[in-house]
Amino acid sequence: MGEEKVEVKITIPKSLYDKIKEEADNAGFTDIEEFIRFVLEQLVESGETGEELSPEDEEKVKERLRALGYID
Amino acid sequence: MIPRPHGGRLVNRVLTGKRREALLREAGELPSIEISYERLIDLMDIAYGAFSPLEGFMVQEDYLHVLYDMRLSNDLPWTIPVTLDVDPEEISSVKEGDDLALKYNGEIVAVMRIEEIYGWDKKEYARQVYKTTDKNHPGVAKTYHRKELLVGGEIDLLREPSHPLENRILWPIETRVLFREKKWRTIVAFQTRNVPHRGHEYVQKAALTFTDGLLIHPLIGWKKPGDYRDEVIFAAYEALIKYYYPKDVVVLAGLLMNMNYAGPREAIHHAIVRKNFGATHFIVGRDHAGVGDYYGPYEAWEIFDEFPDLGITPLFIREAFYCKKCGGMVNEKICPHSEEYRVKISGTKIRSMIREGKIPPEYMMRPEVARVILSFKDPFVH
Ligand SMILES: [Zn+2]
Repeated sequence: MGEEKVEVKITIPKSLYDKIKEEADNAGFTDIEEFIRFVLEQLVESGETGEELSPEDEEKVKERLRALGYID
Repeated sequence: MIPRPHGGRLVNRVLTGKRREALLREAGELPSIEISYERLIDLMDIAYGAFSPLEGFMVQEDYLHVLYDMRLSNDLPWTIPVTLDVDPEEISSVKEGDDLALKYNGEIVAVMRIEEIYGWDKKEYARQVYKTTDKNHPGVAKTYHRKELLVGGEIDLLREPSHPLENRILWPIETRVLFREKKWRTIVAFQTRNVPHRGHEYVQKAALTFTDGLLIHPLIGWKKPGDYRDEVIFAAYEALIKYYYPKDVVVLAGLLMNMNYAGPREAIHHAIVRKNFGATHFIVGRDHAGVGDYYGPYEAWEIFDEFPDLGITPLFIREAFYCKKCGGMVNEKICPHSEEYRVKISGTKIRSMIREGKIPPEYMMRPEVARVILSFKDPFVH
């Protein structure tokens, strides 16, 4: 499960860093790197469902939901 | 937004069609072991993605990380090891890298690629996961009865035995499609193993005030004598939903999953699993998944502080009671009155009234719900 990692060095304004640090503290993160990773992940992955579902499979799922009375 | 599954991708290891047929034929030639009903349930939870990102039973590295750090080796939160235990004799003919057929009641249900065979320390497991080595704890007792070695590796589900309540069970891909169909953006999940009383209803409605939908998610699995039978729980909830919830805000679906009584660790586990089902919020009860007095009343809440990266929001809603002064269901946080005005809703009291065939008072349980429970000849497990 251990995915390969790359090191990225970025330069950001001190004021932004301070804000990020404050946000990280508020959100309960002890490690600022972990917080930045978390935020980036959320940003990049939003809009994707993470499900591998072909239209045919989706129709099958809906059929079962219909049969069980969950959808009309 | 419906959250992405834990780890980013919904696992699907249920084989279908030609691949399934081919593997079933091959599996007949493989060495095999018989697995217990509880491991079969784990197997299905893995295959259907309820345990995403797990693709199989844990290898030692993940096992140890989960045991000591409450995270997988890739740092993702995970608090309860998911392992397959075997006797050394059972697997004397196989080695790492081999395929192994898993049978339930003599029938092949899955194939596992053996990645690792390793030993484990049950007492240490109990100490870490259950915070006690006392064998009177039901989870600890189960642990001590398990076999001596663990086998880790990915699995493929080939066949599943039918379940009497299979039409009550939904899997993560199904609830996810369902929530999208309903256009819910926020969904709060409620874990239960009980029939609903007014306290449960209050907690659910307090949460539902702020979310688009409510997923009532009873755990289906092994029960102990004295528990309500699964079909009674479903019927009772159906009555509650019919008479006391608006149309189209509730989904009632069964979750086939083992109960460990691991208290705080299990509260995190329950939350992760609900995220995989597409919930954005999860109600964590006081002494959630606890048993006896092994855990402090708020331990299951405090542990969430250690997991800011869980990806599902816990809702800590205090136990509800009836207050004569307030004139309704309230909780500690919103009622200023003293004990003399407060009437606690006790599941134990309700249970004994049901046993005697009596309808509990309305402030404890909705009469429609009580009548449905009493309509069963025997609502309890023996
Ligand atoms: Zn009051």
